[in-house]
Amino acid sequence: MNVIRKILNDLKPTFSEGGKFPWLHSTFDAFETFFFVPNTVTKKGTHIKDCNDIKRVMIIMVIALLPALLFGMWNIGYQRVGGADYSIWANWWHGFLQTLPVILTSYIVGLGIEFASAQIKHEEVNEGFLVSGLLIPMIVPVGTPIWMVALATAFAVIFCKEVFGGSGMNIFNPALTARMFIFFSYTASISGEAVWYSDHKLNAHTGATPLTQLSDTGMTDVSMLDAFIGNIPGCIGETSTLCILLGAIILLWTGVASWRIMASVFAGGLFMGLLFNVFAPANPETATQIYMTLPAWQHLLLGGFAFGAVFMATDPVTAAQTNTGKWIVGFLIGLLAVLIRVVNPGYPEGMMLAIFFMNGCAPLVDHFVVEANIKRRKKRLVTVK
Amino acid sequence: MSNVIKLKKGLDIRIAGEAEKRVVSIEKPTTYSISPLEFGNLVPKLLVKVDDVVEAGSPLFFDKYAPEVMFTSPVSGRVSAINRGEKRKILSIEVEADQTQVYKEFSVDLTAMSRQEIVNTLLNSGLWPSIIQRPYGIIAKSTDTPKSIFISGFDSAPLAANMNFVLKDEVANIQKGIEVLGKLTDGKVHLGLKAGEETLLSGISGVEKHVFNGPHPAGNVGIQIHHIDPINKGEVVWTADIQNVAIIGRLFNSGHVDMHKTIAVAGTKVNAPCYVNVLVGSKFSAILGTEEQNAQGLGKLNKGEEASRIINGNVLTGTIANLESSVGLYTKQISVIPEGDKYEMFGWIMPRFNKFSVSHSYFSWILNKLCPKKRYDIDTNLNGGKRAMIVTGLYEDYLPMDIYPMYLIKAALAEDIEKMENLGIYEVLPEDMALCEFVDPSKTDIQAIIQNGINLMIKELN
Repeated sequence: MNVIRKILNDLKPTFSEGGKFPWLHSTFDAFETFFFVPNTVTKKGTHIKDCNDIKRVMIIMVIALLPALLFGMWNIGYQRVGGADYSIWANWWHGFLQTLPVILTSYIVGLGIEFASAQIKHEEVNEGFLVSGLLIPMIVPVGTPIWMVALATAFAVIFCKEVFGGSGMNIFNPALTARMFIFFSYTASISGEAVWYSDHKLNAHTGATPLTQLSDTGMTDVSMLDAFIGNIPGCIGETSTLCILLGAIILLWTGVASWRIMASVFAGGLFMGLLFNVFAPANPETATQIYMTLPAWQHLLLGGFAFGAVFMATDPVTAAQTNTGKWIVGFLIGLLAVLIRVVNPGYPEGMMLAIFFMNGCAPLVDHFVVEANIKRRKKRLVTVK
Repeated sequence: MSNVIKLKKGLDIRIAGEAEKRVVSIEKPTTYSISPLEFGNLVPKLLVKVDDVVEAGSPLFFDKYAPEVMFTSPVSGRVSAINRGEKRKILSIEVEADQTQVYKEFSVDLTAMSRQEIVNTLLNSGLWPSIIQRPYGIIAKSTDTPKSIFISGFDSAPLAANMNFVLKDEVANIQKGIEVLGKLTDGKVHLGLKAGEETLLSGISGVEKHVFNGPHPAGNVGIQIHHIDPINKGEVVWTADIQNVAIIGRLFNSGHVDMHKTIAVAGTKVNAPCYVNVLVGSKFSAILGTEEQNAQGLGKLNKGEEASRIINGNVLTGTIANLESSVGLYTKQISVIPEGDKYEMFGWIMPRFNKFSVSHSYFSWILNKLCPKKRYDIDTNLNGGKRAMIVTGLYEDYLPMDIYPMYLIKAALAEDIEKMENLGIYEVLPEDMALCEFVDPSKTDIQAIIQNGINLMIKELN
């Protein structure tokens, strides 16, 4: 038996009922199961089990996020500090140093609450926050004050997840809720140009994200190649469509995320973009009218569209649960995101709102899909007779 | 022959330890054991006491709430013990066998018998419990007349017995058994056959044959009913295991209750997995060897480091057993697999080339394509912890029915009768959803949830 196992075995009584720290049992269990798949055996039902578990599912999500995260760190360094003058590593290091406090804050606050609530409920700690805790830093502007991240994370974990009963029971995506919280509570602090650049770069660049430019003027000076590769201003995770695609490949290959949702979100966005193209006036005058002429495919590369489609809309807990429902919900997310972008002057980015809204609608969509199934089944039963 | 019904959903779990197609003879046991627990929720009332002499086919006990259904001795001899558990619950009745089997005689002239007389013969002979009612999967009520009767001609479960091999000398008995069952219903008798292996039973008459092509659970009779003639609210259909149909046929051919059946003894913890022909009531120790024999290495269990789990049935739906357990009327196989009570360091992130999973985050799905003969030694480890239901769209791929399993499970959890009814509780038994439970990364006890749902339906609606 190896050393870690021995240490864990020695420590176990201390954290069990009757030991010194029974109130840390869930925490101990979380670390123990991190090191070792437990020796629990099946008691009833199937005697054998597939070797897949939620830990694996969640860690695949985390791995899929890594390309976008690592690139995002470089991009933060590039956009905010170094620019072309610095080496790739120097830029990455600067970005890393700026990102790390946000990641640590989100994990410490979120996991702290998760561990505590698991202990209160005498349950095992759920791995869901490993993903949410990484998503939060990737979708808030890196300049967001740490206390704000901490507050938003706490709000999201408690009011969006734990009050519903923990991972698997929540209606809204916790990471998205955290961003919503910041967005609506501290709008001034996270919008504007200062969020995206440190001071000395402000003079050199126009300083707005492409979506803000589009929202203001209907045009952007960002090339679509840059938008695809990702060296444009934006949140850590969302800028590089390329890296997001790498993540998408991992998620689709392993089957962790639903290809139906991903495909239909892109389809919905493309559809709405084309619809705008068709109905755009021949001589566009206002910003919105000019925006309407933006080629539909460019919507998919800009802002958080790809990130939302791949990592947020596909969250199995908050998305639709039926296959038909997945198609419908995904399509509507894409459609609404582009709709909000173009015609709503208040919000340059529609993805967050679209996913959040459809999170709320998903159970309704599922309800109708299941009702259709019930009707079909009743009809089938009658015809067979 | 009717059209082939092709099922895409489902899974053949690649578990190692399949039984080789040869019947190994075992020493005739001296005592046999019959357990009322096998038959579900019944309240047994004893008809014998210790030292009573019984014949093969003599009643041992009946159910307090269905007193017409007799449970009989498969063997002639002397009742040697009545084992009781807590609150004097009857665990088993042991019969010390005679040297030569003495059979109780039943009159079985099928042409002269009315439906009621056939029913009475089945009730008195102890073979009635082999007729299972749908919905709910309970012993049929003798007062019902079913819409139709379904028999699955094959077993698709992991390491299941090959029915063509098991039944090769039983065709005449099956034919007779089907004739008997045909008299019990005004509708049809349906027989489900496996595509590519339909020749043995293709000559059987008096049934409508349906050929199924697809992975497990295609052999489950519930799946077959769903695709042939689904059950509506208020309807009753009956099902019977094909080997029990042969036993019924044997009764009507010979006038004797002869509960011999051939079962598979499979799994990686069995030395040379094979088939055995046994009488219902035989103890597992007679088949696998006693504790001492196995300790000396003379039994059928292979030692190895891990403990063995002995399962009465298949690895998805069977019950935990031990060497003292006995072959029951519903036993089709005995599976013995390693207990997985060991830790695995960082197992959840390892590639785990030697483990079976349907998840593409492992490699077994590629390996399965590269080497189709690869089989996995699967143990009883839970492979993770219990979680809330997080992954969606997975169960649906392993239940070949027009049913939303996740919603049905949730309705059962919520004890919502109307929802369960609408979502298909009449059509499923826990065994049909065993694969969902196997693949579930949240390790939900789906079969137990569905069984609770069914029990609730029985309680509330009857």
